Amino acid sequence: MHGFANPARFLRIARWLAPALLVAGLVLTTLSLTYGYFFAPAERLQGETVRILFIHVPTAWLGMGGWMAIAVASFVELVWRHPLASLAARGAAVPGAVFAALCLASGSLWGRPAWGTWWVWDGRLTSMLVLLFLYFGYIALAGAVHREGGSSRIPAIFGLVGAVNIPIIHYSVIWWNSLHQPPSLTTGGSAMAGPFLWGLLAATLGFSLLFGGVVLARMRALLADVQTEARLRRRALEA
Amino acid sequence: MREALDPWFFVNAAYAITIAATLALVAWSWLAMRAAERRRDEGRRK
Repeated sequence: MHGFANPARFLRIARWLAPALLVAGLVLTTLSLTYGYFFAPAERLQGETVRILFIHVPTAWLGMGGWMAIAVASFVELVWRHPLASLAARGAAVPGAVFAALCLASGSLWGRPAWGTWWVWDGRLTSMLVLLFLYFGYIALAGAVHREGGSSRIPAIFGLVGAVNIPIIHYSVIWWNSLHQPPSLTTGGSAMAGPFLWGLLAATLGFSLLFGGVVLARMRALLADVQTEARLRRRALEA
Repeated sequence: MREALDPWFFVNAAYAITIAATLALVAWSWLAMRAAERRRDEGRRK
């Protein structure tokens, strides 16, 4: 990990890995969503709306996974002060926020025909909405700290503290009464039928590859901006 | 009594929003990266 934190080595790897992840992600996501939309069977109780599963679950996973990436990068930033850790956290923030918003939107579109309502203020939906607001706060804070030249440890602390919301989201359907169903997919097994399970796993992997590619592309952009600003500062001092 | 809803309206809307937002995210990230790296490389050549 210490070796990967070297910006030159990171760029050598990210130059081929970012496009590779994006292309693989686009192919797998296209195939799995085509299967989910056209070929997956309708479910006995939910009918055709079960097709939303193939986008709702991956976006929920990446909405939460994005913040876990921020938390891990923030921890690395605070403990080892790796030069790329804060860039990794900032790189994960925007795609994480987009997927958290897509999770809420697709969930709402699933809830209307399944539950008869667009929204309920229960533990799962509310904690997911809180996650989206945490993303907005992190993006604004990290951007302001970067612009004003403050310490990158401030957004790192915010990123670590915000991670407390992740187990709340995960366990909300167990701790509190909710219209949202409990997890169908756990480390102990799956309550899902094969045609849904394999399509869902493929869609989740496809969206995850896209997420990885976007994070690497964002990190490359942020690193290039930092290098440009450093050069301009050096020239201003020399002049 | 539950009103009859067309399930395909919700499925289509969910897929359209997700696909459009994901493609926009990928395109924006890639173009922003290319622009930032071009600015850096042009600065190096000056």
